[in-house]
Amino acid sequence: MLEIKDLHVTVEGEDITILKGVNLTVNKGEIHAIMGPNGSGKSTLSKVVAGHPEYEVIQGDILYNGESILELDPDERSHLGIFLAFQYPVEVPGVTNNTLLRESYNTIAKSRGREELDPLEFDDYIQDKLELVEMSPTFLSRSVNTGFSGGEKKRNEIFQMAVLQPSLSFLDETDSGLDIDALKIVANGINQLHGKDDAVVLVTHYQRILDYIIPDFVHVMMDGKIIKSGDKSLALELEKQGYEWLENYATVNGEAK
Amino acid sequence: MSETKALESMIGEEYKYGFTTDVEYEDFPKGLNEEIIRFLSKKKKEPEWMTEFRLKAYRGWKEMEEPSWFNATYESPDFDNVQYYSSPKDRPEVESLDDIDPKIKETYDKLGIPLEEQKMLSGVAVDAVFDSVSIFTTFKEKLAEAGVIFCSISEAIQKYPELVKKYMGSVVPARDNFYAALNSAVFSDGSFCYVPKDTICPMELSTYFRINNMDSGQFERTLIICEENSHVSYLEGCTAPMYDKNQLHAAVVELVALENAEIKYSTIQNWYSGDENGKGGIFNFVTKRGICKGDNSKISWTQLETGSAVTLKYPSVILKGDNSIGEFFSVAVTGQMQQADTGTKMIHLGKNTKSTIISKGISAGRSNNSYRGEVKISKKADNARNYSQCDSMLIGQTCGAHTFPYIESSNPTGKIEHEATTSRVGEDQIFYLQQRGISEDDAISLIVNGFCKEVLKELPMEFAVEANKLLDIKLEGSVG
Repeated sequence: MLEIKDLHVTVEGEDITILKGVNLTVNKGEIHAIMGPNGSGKSTLSKVVAGHPEYEVIQGDILYNGESILELDPDERSHLGIFLAFQYPVEVPGVTNNTLLRESYNTIAKSRGREELDPLEFDDYIQDKLELVEMSPTFLSRSVNTGFSGGEKKRNEIFQMAVLQPSLSFLDETDSGLDIDALKIVANGINQLHGKDDAVVLVTHYQRILDYIIPDFVHVMMDGKIIKSGDKSLALELEKQGYEWLENYATVNGEAK
Repeated sequence: MSETKALESMIGEEYKYGFTTDVEYEDFPKGLNEEIIRFLSKKKKEPEWMTEFRLKAYRGWKEMEEPSWFNATYESPDFDNVQYYSSPKDRPEVESLDDIDPKIKETYDKLGIPLEEQKMLSGVAVDAVFDSVSIFTTFKEKLAEAGVIFCSISEAIQKYPELVKKYMGSVVPARDNFYAALNSAVFSDGSFCYVPKDTICPMELSTYFRINNMDSGQFERTLIICEENSHVSYLEGCTAPMYDKNQLHAAVVELVALENAEIKYSTIQNWYSGDENGKGGIFNFVTKRGICKGDNSKISWTQLETGSAVTLKYPSVILKGDNSIGEFFSVAVTGQMQQADTGTKMIHLGKNTKSTIISKGISAGRSNNSYRGEVKISKKADNARNYSQCDSMLIGQTCGAHTFPYIESSNPTGKIEHEATTSRVGEDQIFYLQQRGISEDDAISLIVNGFCKEVLKELPMEFAVEANKLLDIKLEGSVG
C-alpha cells in the first residue's frame, strides 16, 4: 500500500536535512508503530506523507498503491484515502465540526466515486461514529477544536478518522496528552476502525498505547532514519533500555532495516 | 513557499466589475465656488432654503482643514479638479425598464442587480442611482400603499419639503466635518425614506450606487426617518468600474428613529480598490450617523466593506432615548494596497441604553486595516452598557491590523466591555483542512467565513447570498 524509498527531506528554504534516507513498507491490514526520541523525524515523516508544503523531498520517493504521490497536493492525497491525525489539531473558529466533516466527507466521497450525503443522511451516518469515541452530539455544533481540551482535540481526530474512513492513517502522537481513560477510548476506537483493508501507522514516544493497540511492526527512528525494526517486543525492549541503547546500535550497524 | 505566496496574492484578484458604460454626460465645469452651487441648486429646481443650506455648508467647508488623523496615507484629492455634478443626458421620466438606456441596464445585469421584474419578486425594491441621478424606482406603489415614502432625495425636496427641512442636517449637521460639509454643499442625489407611525415597511429597501464618470465625485445623501412603532430595513450596495484615477466618494447618511422605532441599515461596499500597486481606486470618506431619538428605539448598522483604495467610515449611533439600542456589525476586508480605517461611535445619552459592537477585520497583501471605535457614556446615562468585540485576521506577512478603541465614561453606573483578538491564517490551518480533503480555495473560504460568521448572519437574507459571492470573489484565485 505504502512504500517509502530512501526518502530525504529538508525544510523548504533551509539547509537542514531532517529525513536522511527513510525506507518503510506498509501493507494492507497492518499496524506499524514508529518510535523514537524527540527530533528524530517521526512527525516530519507523517507530515511529508500527507504533503505538508513546508517540506521538500530532495531524494527518494513515496509510492501509494504503486504510484508516486510526491506531486500531489494534500487534498488530493486525502482523496486517495491518506489520513493524518495531527499531533496538534488546528483550531478553526466559526466553522462547526459538523460543517467541516460533512464538507470533508462529501468532497472525499465525490472524488472516490461514493455517494454524497445530504445533511439529514449525514446526521444519521455520524451518530454511531460519535459513540465510537464516546463524544456527545453537542460536540458537532462546536467550532473545530476551538476551546477544546487537549484530550478532546485528540479524540476529535479519531472521530474524523471514523467519519472519513481512510485507507492509510498516520496517527501522530495521538496518545500524548491523554489520560488513561481517554487513551483507552481512543485505542478502542482505532482498533474498531482497523480492518484487513486498511493500514495504521502509529507515531509515538511511549510504549503505553501499544498495550492497547498491538502493532505488527515496530520501527525505531533516530536522526532521520529508521535504524531498527522488529515486532512488539522491540517496543518493550526500548521501554526498558531507553533510546541510548540504540544510539550505540546505530553507530555500530549503520543503516539498519 | 507556494502557499504563502498564494496567501499573499489572495484578495489580489483583478476587479471583476471593472468595465465602463458608454453614455453621454451633461457635465458641470470642474471645481467649486458659490456660483456652481447656486447653478447646481437651480438646475435641480430646489427651493431657496435648500440653496441656503448648501451655501452655508460650503462656507463652513472653505474654513475647514482637511482631516489627517486617520491611520492611512494617501494623496489628497484635488478638490479643484473634481466635477461636482453629472447626469445622464436627456433623462426621461422612466415608466418601465424598457425606457432606460440599454447600456445602463446591461451594466446592472453584469452586476447581477435584480432590476427585472422577475428578480424583483424576491422582494427587493430598487432605487438605482446611476452616477448622480436616480433613474428608476420600483415598487413605489406597493410602498405607497403602506404609506412608506421611498424616493430620491431630489424628489423628496420637491414633494416633501417639510420632512426634509425638518430632518436633513439634524443628525449630521451641515458643518459636522470636512467631508460632511462638502457633501452638504454639493450632494447630487441619494435616497429618502419615510416610514409613518405604526408601520412595518413591507419589503427590504435597497439602493445601488455606481460611479461611472471620470472625475465625477459622488456625493450621495441619504435620509431615513422611522416614526413611532415603525420598522424599516435598508440595504445599500455599491460597486464601481475600473478607472485609473482616484475618485472621491463622500456620502452622508442620516437615520432618525423615533419612539419604539427600529432601523436596520446594511451595506455591502465594493468600490474599485485600485490596482496591485495602489494606483487608482475610490476614496470612500463617508459620514453615517443615526439617532435613537425616541425611547426604546433601535438602530443597527451592518457593513461588509471589501472595496475602495481608502475607506474612512464610522457609522455611529446617538442613543438619546431611554432604553434605546445601538448596534454595529462590521466585516472589513483589505487586500493589495487598500487602507481601511473604520469603526463606530456609540454615544450614550439616555438611561439604560445599550450598544453592541462586533468588528471583524481581515487584512491581506500589503494592506492596512484599522478599527477605530469610540464609546461614550454621558453623565445622565444611568446603567448604560456597551459590549465591544474587535477581531483581526492577518493573511500573509506584509499586511497590518490595528485597533484604536476610545472609551469615555462620565457615569459610574456605566458598564463597558471590550474584547480584542488577532489571529493569522496560517499554513497549518490550511494544511489541516486540505488534509481533510478540502481544496486550498475552499479552505481559505471556510476559515474566513467562519471568522465573519457572527457579522454575516446579521445581513438580511437577500444580501447574504451577495455577501458570500463577494467574499468568494475576493478570495478566488488564491492558489498561486
